[in-house]
Amino acid sequence: MSRIKEFNLPDLGEGLTEGEILAWLVKVGDVIELNQPIVEVETAKAAVEIPAKWAGQVRSIFHPEGATVEVGTPIIAIDTEPGAGPVEEPAAATAIPAAAEAAPVEAAVAPGLTGGPAPGGRTAVLVGYGPRTTAAKRRPRKGAVPAQASAPIAAPAPVAAAPVAPVAPVAPVAPVAPVAPAANGRGGALVLAKPPVRKLAKDLGVDLAGLTGSGPLGSITREDVQRAAALAAAEPLTVTAPVTAGASFGADREQRIPVKGVRKLTAENMSRSAFTAPHVTEFLTVDVTRAMKALDRLRGRREWRDVRVSPLLLVAKAVLLAVKRHPMVNSTWAGDEIVVKDYVNLGIAAATERGLIVPNIKDAGRLTLRELADALTDLVQTAKTGKTTPADMSAGTLTITNVGVFGVDTGTPILPPGESAILAFGAVREMPWVHKGKVKPRQVTTLGLSFDHRIIDGELGSKFLRDIGDFLADPEAALLAWT
Amino acid sequence: MAKGDPGVTTRGRRAAPRSKQATRADGPELVQLLTPTGERIESATGPDGTEYRVDFTDEEYRGLYRDLVLVRKLDAEATALQRQGELGLWASLLGQEAAQVGSGRALRTQDMAFPTYREHGVLYCRGIDPIMPLGLFRGVDQGGWDPNEFKFNMYTIVIGAQTLHATGYAMGVHMDGKTGTEDGEAVIAYFGDGATSQGDVNEAFVWASVFNAPLVFFCQNNQYAISEPLERQTRVPLYQRARGFGFPGVRVDGNDVLASYAVTRHALDNARLGQGPSLIEAYTYRMGAHTTSDDPTRYRIASEVEAWQAKDPIARMKAFLTRQQIADESFFAEVDEQARAESVHLRERVLAMPDPAPVTLFDHVYPHGSPELDAQRAQFTAYLESFEGSAH
Repeated sequence: MSRIKEFNLPDLGEGLTEGEILAWLVKVGDVIELNQPIVEVETAKAAVEIPAKWAGQVRSIFHPEGATVEVGTPIIAIDTEPGAGPVEEPAAATAIPAAAEAAPVEAAVAPGLTGGPAPGGRTAVLVGYGPRTTAAKRRPRKGAVPAQASAPIAAPAPVAAAPVAPVAPVAPVAPVAPVAPAANGRGGALVLAKPPVRKLAKDLGVDLAGLTGSGPLGSITREDVQRAAALAAAEPLTVTAPVTAGASFGADREQRIPVKGVRKLTAENMSRSAFTAPHVTEFLTVDVTRAMKALDRLRGRREWRDVRVSPLLLVAKAVLLAVKRHPMVNSTWAGDEIVVKDYVNLGIAAATERGLIVPNIKDAGRLTLRELADALTDLVQTAKTGKTTPADMSAGTLTITNVGVFGVDTGTPILPPGESAILAFGAVREMPWVHKGKVKPRQVTTLGLSFDHRIIDGELGSKFLRDIGDFLADPEAALLAWT
Repeated sequence: MAKGDPGVTTRGRRAAPRSKQATRADGPELVQLLTPTGERIESATGPDGTEYRVDFTDEEYRGLYRDLVLVRKLDAEATALQRQGELGLWASLLGQEAAQVGSGRALRTQDMAFPTYREHGVLYCRGIDPIMPLGLFRGVDQGGWDPNEFKFNMYTIVIGAQTLHATGYAMGVHMDGKTGTEDGEAVIAYFGDGATSQGDVNEAFVWASVFNAPLVFFCQNNQYAISEPLERQTRVPLYQRARGFGFPGVRVDGNDVLASYAVTRHALDNARLGQGPSLIEAYTYRMGAHTTSDDPTRYRIASEVEAWQAKDPIARMKAFLTRQQIADESFFAEVDEQARAESVHLRERVLAMPDPAPVTLFDHVYPHGSPELDAQRAQFTAYLESFEGSAH
């Protein structure tokens, strides 16, 4: 056995085909022990740490953090005898990742096809559906049957085979170039494609007979059809204006971004909420000059000197006090019953590098103002550093979205699934405002409250919003009157 | 259900209330003989007045500790092997060692056990080579032990199904007249809190009760049915369900190996004497994921896990052994070294497991084969031989 061992990404959860590298816990040159955690990988099912399969020294790391890697692809090479002097570079260590990085979507097929150099001569398929395999892997049958005729994809040399040349998703090359159907070895009008793909092709005006499939057994996939359609649409353009697009745009001047991770989750949640909960949004414009002055006084106090005090803090306090007066807004529609909660897990929508996330402050109603301020600071810091855990984001009951930080006045927010009210807090601006009978420059903001009309009627929603506004207009008086 | 509730039939010895009672930190009527900090409680009284106590020698205490550590280490190695692509799946027992070792060691040689797929600790106590379940989860065999030889049935993946198998088996034991003496046979069925929502388990309760089967229902309540918390499974403490079916139930601290032993031993003895079934709810916590395909951070909070960490079954045993000077650092180091060596050995043997030949698929379907099966085997063999370079 070679002393340099490559570790292939295993199927971490019964039939998964890929995983995303979240974080490397070791770097090239590190000496590692058996079972030492080396990498965090997130699959469709779980984020897990993978322990080292061998002790030794890390020689190469093949994929950066954030990369999506197919099961069966090498991710790390470990020198199991680091003290034994220099070694020649194994060919596979450089060749495979190079191909994978050039074409993150399609090229990963190659290692999947070969099964990867797994130890013990096994293929990298462990359980379930795993990476794709082809008929070309099967040993030829005995007897007079011509091998070529029985194997739909002629691929005698497994590694080099990859009949579909690795391509970036938008690059108009090989796979869609019109090829005579005979060339795929089937020699006739038989084209493999599932009914929905045929329907798509018909809708887009693509002739299936002119395509080479990249799916199992050479079947034509949805992507093949879409690429062909995009190419057809782009062709006139490439004639008149060759290669004008920017780095990430293809010849059709369109960029295709795979929907995954936070974006995918956001999309699912928002569509689900928007089309199940009947939303109503109300607005209220409030003179918050007194609240801003109160904040200044708070900042001036010795014991609050090191605390981050923002207008959001007062809005959060206003919401929590208003919930106490109207508990019904803090509830969930559960089909045949309404679940009203005695605790408020206050969600704060945060824009992060990974996208929109909504962590929440657990049982925020029990916190003092000072604890609430600290919790808000913590929450923002954690979100900014990307350390928010799924538990931080689960079980929210009511949410504030601070759109004011983007300089806009208000919005009609969509409810996080399972919640019945969400408040948009707009920018605080100096505006002309009638104050004590005269037009004066005052600090004014607009609140937008969306609520689930299945639970909350206009009257309740209005009272709740009005209370939040009253608190922000005169926090001291509201505190005295309500608590 | 208060102690001495007139509606409860008591069968155990009714002891006078003692001054040293179990602490009630985890709710009422939790039988505990070793607190999370390693304090020994002399005796504890169950809801029906039964007094539980254990009387181990120092050597036996050390043996229990060794079991706990070894079982945990081997389980951790199996989890690592799955992460490294060597097993298809693994259901870790992390956190439940005491419930399994305590109940497993309470079994007598003649007793029969029906496990779920997580009873690696009980399997170990039955004297079965710990490599056995790894073959199953590696997909190279169907689990290789002989259930009759070790009196430990095959792992059952279907949730709760084994409780019916156990009930039938126990009814058979009873009908064969193997109960009614001090040396009688008893049966134990393992299942989890989630399984209590299954029809199978409730049917098993009915049958075992009505036919007075010599059966102990041992429920490891690890608080989650995959991601569903206990409060979505039941509105009453699980052990109280037994009363409705007509047999006694008791809740034991499942992270306390001594109490788990005492309660199981008592229930088994009742069963072997012909006094029918009982339910034990071992109150514990699954510290890891449901299986390696699960991500528990998606449904439970870190502070809950930390709270249970403070109740760790091994830490409390170690504290007890140290405080009582039953064991010292050299003993703990020796146990750790044994665990390490056994886990390395386990790993080597797993990596060396051969892939089975495809035709072995037909080997253990019927004890004496069948003409149809033989035909299928012949057909499949011919198919395999049609390939060039075939060894078949």
